Amino acid sequence: MKFEIISANRLSDGRVVYLTRDGDWSESIIDAHSVHSTEERGAVLAQAERSADDGIIVSPYLVSMVDDGGTLAPLRFRERIRLFGPGTHRSATKNLSSQTGR
Amino acid sequence: MPIIKNGAVIYDEWLYIDGDTTLPVDGPVIVSLPLWRRKADQLSARSAPLGLFLESDEQAVNVAVDAVVDLSAFELIALNFPTFRDGRPYSTARLLRERYGFSGELRAVGDVARDQFLFMHRCGFDAFQVKNGTGLEAWLRAVSEITIWYQPTGDAGGTLSMLRNNLQAAE
Amino acid sequence: MYRYDEFDHAFVHQRVAQFRDQVARRMSGELSEEEFKPLRLMNGLYLQLHAYMLRVAIPYGVLSARQLRCLADISRRYDKGYGHITTRQNIQFNWIKLSDMPDLLEILAGVEMHAIQTSGNCIRNTTADHFAGAAADEIEDPRVWCEIIRQWSTLHPEFSFLPRKFKIAVSGATEDRAALRVHDIGLQLRRNEAGETGFEVMVGGGQGRSPMIAKTIRKYLPKAELLSYLESILRIYNQQGRRDNMYKARIKILVHELGAENLAKLVETEWQQIREGAIDLPETEVARIEHYFEPPPFTVSTDAGLDAARHGDSEFNTWLERNVSAHKQPGYAIATISLKPAGKPPGDISAEQMEVVADLAECYSFDELRATHQQNLVLPHVRKSDLFEVWETLKAHGLANANHGLISDIIACPGMDFCSLATARSLPVAKEISMRFADIAYQQDIGDLRLNISGCINACGHHHVGHIGILGLDKRGEESYQITLGGRSDKNAAIGEVIGPAFSADKIVDAVETVMRTYLDQRLSGEAFIDAYTRMGREPFKERLYANN
Repeated sequence: MKFEIISANRLSDGRVVYLTRDGDWSESIIDAHSVHSTEERGAVLAQAERSADDGIIVSPYLVSMVDDGGTLAPLRFRERIRLFGPGTHRSATKNLSSQTGR
Repeated sequence: MPIIKNGAVIYDEWLYIDGDTTLPVDGPVIVSLPLWRRKADQLSARSAPLGLFLESDEQAVNVAVDAVVDLSAFELIALNFPTFRDGRPYSTARLLRERYGFSGELRAVGDVARDQFLFMHRCGFDAFQVKNGTGLEAWLRAVSEITIWYQPTGDAGGTLSMLRNNLQAAE
Repeated sequence: MYRYDEFDHAFVHQRVAQFRDQVARRMSGELSEEEFKPLRLMNGLYLQLHAYMLRVAIPYGVLSARQLRCLADISRRYDKGYGHITTRQNIQFNWIKLSDMPDLLEILAGVEMHAIQTSGNCIRNTTADHFAGAAADEIEDPRVWCEIIRQWSTLHPEFSFLPRKFKIAVSGATEDRAALRVHDIGLQLRRNEAGETGFEVMVGGGQGRSPMIAKTIRKYLPKAELLSYLESILRIYNQQGRRDNMYKARIKILVHELGAENLAKLVETEWQQIREGAIDLPETEVARIEHYFEPPPFTVSTDAGLDAARHGDSEFNTWLERNVSAHKQPGYAIATISLKPAGKPPGDISAEQMEVVADLAECYSFDELRATHQQNLVLPHVRKSDLFEVWETLKAHGLANANHGLISDIIACPGMDFCSLATARSLPVAKEISMRFADIAYQQDIGDLRLNISGCINACGHHHVGHIGILGLDKRGEESYQITLGGRSDKNAAIGEVIGPAFSADKIVDAVETVMRTYLDQRLSGEAFIDAYTRMGREPFKERLYANN
């Protein structure tokens, strides 16, 4: 199953954060609000842009995710490095459902 | 639009004239370089003050030399910053002041914000048509943030080497 | 080395206060990211994949022990306990918070350091020969002029919004260790017929998307007129450099489009208008700055010869042969500290290691060290009789790899592990190569070899001028590595040639080994890799690399 989440960098410390269901920003990808439709995408991106205007985050964008039934991972390797940190192996996915983020 | 000039906010009466507008009989007007080239005689015949508007790709040498513009005909020259990232007007300003001896008002227009005031001021701009919300207070603070400069421009500000020389001479 | 006077101190503190205010206005929302970004870039702060990255300036690569200790302290308090030496003699920290920046800059200002203009479309850190003031082949110490350029270019009001970044490098030696010919401006100190020293001025070198070798636009420029001449070049560039396409905005494109001769004429015309004006420094000011670069109080003046430094320890002797270079002062030597241990990211140094190196500099090198664009450190003035002790300390802290200029002395950008611009990772490739070639005897047999890795086309790893260059690309979501051969950054500078199709991540290191085997099989006695490549050309390497296709 494929879906999307919103990722950004927090303004104050530059750390990677994800947009949650409540409109907050969390360092844990488990909290990320998943976007399943094009309509939802527009609304969620707009919400993210408002956070940017409010000076909470910078450069929000969509990250494609894939759920292998238990193993969640970003589709793009670059996004996996952003999630797991430098030194991440190419094949790293990790069982995100029990992951509490970096 | 408010202009910051000489440490105060002023509301001026300069009118921008483009190619299609009828030239008013009276009152100060600012014209573009192409318009000046086309209607120089008509414009100089007026007794009201004249201003020149330059785009960032219209350079000082084009104006003063190629177009054989007598800069003393102008009380004001406005240099446009289409985006604050376009640094060409800084060179144009310095040349107009330092090489071609322009002594009228040199006005920064376009994408003009507080964080570029210092640089603009040092390059010879003495009037700033600022973006929304930038007040005089911000301007006054901005231009006094750095008081020591390593390199000379046409402004009267002392450069470090001058300050050091003076210090040495005084000792 | 240069020491701030009261004015320099005041300047840098004013700059810190200005940035503190800018950060506050950003955090309060008064400034948008678009407005703030160029301001933070002009203070060396990038937003990267994981956090903010801060690039602290090490002007022309010169550092004092005190400054290095401060950097160690910063790395502990504000980062993850390490720093990274860059390909422009600066130091980078990868995990910085914007909210910490004003305090961090204040601390740096306290030791006469800053991060001014280490990014942005302005004049960047002026780099120099890392052996300046020490090298045996030096005509004249270029650092005086580097400091003069540094001051002139700092917050230059006319040149803070250039079409693109601008990089200047200076050398005062016969050999070019500063890669002058791949800089926007390269300045080479030379003697004229009258025996006076002046600059050969080269313009329009660069790497990135369109690598080019700089062209000489003036064979001899009197030193005293350097600033007015530079101001002329920058003014022409500011006015005429392209602003429509950021990939065509460097001065090298202007040189290419106008022709070097035409550019030289434009510069000359502008220069005639401003020379003998206020811009060039008075002699007294030049003399004041020169004073800071007088040779240190050497205590030895007879040369017992490097052989006398040799020791019973063969590992030390290996290090002596590779990492120690000739000094102009008899009895002294230049020691290169390798930041390239096998299996680790090239150019990284821990806080503990920084403190060890600071102590060594204080005890053995008149309190001075250098950062090199090859991502190593240098102790420039070590008594030969002290070399063994220095080496022992280095060895105890993983800093004594005798691989200076060998294949494992890899130069690599941080790549996709850190950088938001990258298209591939560079560090895993560097790691694997350093381990595959870890055997020092094997490396010595191969001999001098410059291997550079860039994680994207921006070429921050300078792969275009590597004897072996590796460029990491993205091929339909897979990392893909292209090999170039024959690049060099010395006075015979050349851009490396692409050999053929790129290699996958699991094949690239084998490919490098194939290149080595080809060289070892076909080289003449005593022939270095780069000379063998020049003689043999691309074909033999291409054949071996793509034999199975």
